Amino acid sequence: MISLSILEAGLVNGLLTGGVYALVALGLTLIYGVLHIVNFAHGSLLMIAMFGGWMLVSWAHLDPYAALPLMVVIMFVIGWGLYAGVIGRISGGDDRRILLATLGVAIVLDNLALVLFTGDTRTIETPYQFAVVEAGPLLLSVPKLISFGVAIVLALLLWAFMALTDTGRAIRAVAREPDGARLVGIRPGRIFALSYGIGIACLGAAGCLLLPSFYVSPQVGNVFVLTAFTIVVLGGMGSFPGAVVGGLLIGVTESLGGLFLGESLGPIGISLVFILVLLFRPTGLFRAAR
Amino acid sequence: MLRYWPILAVVAALLPFASSSQFLVNLAMLTAFSALLGQGWNIACGFGGLTSFGHAVFFGIGAYAVAIMQTRFGINPWLGLPAAAILGAAAGAVLGAAAFRAGLRGSYFALVTLAFAEVFRILANSLDITKGGLGILIPLHPSLPNFQFADRRGAYALVLVLLAVAMGIAAWLRRSRFGARLVAVRENEDAAAALGIPLVRTKTQALALSGAVTATAGVLYAQMFLYVDPNIAFGAERSVEMLLVAMIGGAGTVWGPVLGAIVLHLIQDTARMLIDTPGFAPMLYGAILLAIIAFLPNGIAGLRLPRRRSAREEVRRA
Repeated sequence: MISLSILEAGLVNGLLTGGVYALVALGLTLIYGVLHIVNFAHGSLLMIAMFGGWMLVSWAHLDPYAALPLMVVIMFVIGWGLYAGVIGRISGGDDRRILLATLGVAIVLDNLALVLFTGDTRTIETPYQFAVVEAGPLLLSVPKLISFGVAIVLALLLWAFMALTDTGRAIRAVAREPDGARLVGIRPGRIFALSYGIGIACLGAAGCLLLPSFYVSPQVGNVFVLTAFTIVVLGGMGSFPGAVVGGLLIGVTESLGGLFLGESLGPIGISLVFILVLLFRPTGLFRAAR
Repeated sequence: MLRYWPILAVVAALLPFASSSQFLVNLAMLTAFSALLGQGWNIACGFGGLTSFGHAVFFGIGAYAVAIMQTRFGINPWLGLPAAAILGAAAGAVLGAAAFRAGLRGSYFALVTLAFAEVFRILANSLDITKGGLGILIPLHPSLPNFQFADRRGAYALVLVLLAVAMGIAAWLRRSRFGARLVAVRENEDAAAALGIPLVRTKTQALALSGAVTATAGVLYAQMFLYVDPNIAFGAERSVEMLLVAMIGGAGTVWGPVLGAIVLHLIQDTARMLIDTPGFAPMLYGAILLAIIAFLPNGIAGLRLPRRRSAREEVRRA
């Protein structure tokens, strides 16, 4: 029998991990909301962000949290360029071709990383990577607490950007009605690239937040990508609150799945949630807030 | 000249039988095997437009089915082959019925196939009957009744036979009413439904057919390499390989997967000669996929058929 304190620890740990998941899923849901396409390159771009953060930390000796704003900007530029230069340009606006183009980008990036960095797993060392704080009966990992806090703040900032700024309004207008947006002088092509850039910028932050407590390798994106898809589908494709709530729920599901089902069978919980939601409630828990 | 290249391909496919070079036979066998995988994907995804990112689920079911039947129950692999095809078809029917009844298409369908393959990968990794992450070793007893061949040419002949069957199915799709219905569903679901085509049933049947063909490729894999593990069987790389072969060669054509397999293996071998770093050849595949999407949405085979392609374009516009 699993004791209550282990259950509590599992719950809280899952919740903390869920914060970063939410950030990864926010980027995915933003891209889906605007382009109506699942970005299959999301995991690979998270991997790129983690390698970027890893290089800044181990070569430029930056603190991972100091590297974060830099990586957000870098990933925004990469995402924007990738959409404007490759995905949008080659797919001619056809949904199936955009979908396959994101997969093509993922294949290129994964293997480019394999060529450049080999398949080794890498980690960084920070003075606080094993630091914990006591909260009642629980020991909480400091990097995980920080990543949770920063992720939630960034999610709120993104929400405010979407709700309050003109650019955010333009993005929402294009998400809803591209032709109508064009009539009032918004250029959908630019908004697509911008949204893709912002979605990928979220990964820049998520990558740096993951670094102190996770490893980096060319395949690391695969660890997160199915989880991120699940969160977005669970929360409702295109829904911001859905991505955050879904992220936390999935973090807990994963943590408890591992606790009850063991390490090898544990991940099945996420895939099953995913399939069940897709089949029985494809709109997710929250309807897309457009 | 270009119109007669299938004849050239057939001659080239038969050439290795005249040579004793195991290298040549091996190359031809792996190419034909990729073509079979691509054709399995192509039947549902090329003709029916059901973009699947998890076709490895059918491949893995075939491979594990024959491995388990052989090692646990002593069932002859020749009997295992049709059994695996039936299981593959059943998996396709179940997945299709569930997904299409729920109205999943496009990105959503791609996601559900991906998740299905992942569920099977995790199960294969954790269950006793699949021996978990250890995988299943099939004992080596080369003989024709045992579906194992000391001479690679035997295995190659078998791959060619199954590839011919798969291409026969694709050719049938091009000519039959069922194939026409499937293409109509791909081009415009609403219009197809208005014509009275049962969407769910047509797409499910296509996925079942595709699942059966892909499962036979899994059986071949298990008998050729005598080993299956969860990542070989259900890994995402396998799904991507099928998709690449069909997309690069030409999705929805009979000869596309053959072309795609030849191109991929040519690139793989030249890339290995130039820069032998893991990841270099797959990186090129990804770049070629992007180039194909940009310039030849109908694949290399689309080059050969300007007349048919323009007819299809007219249908799309109409």
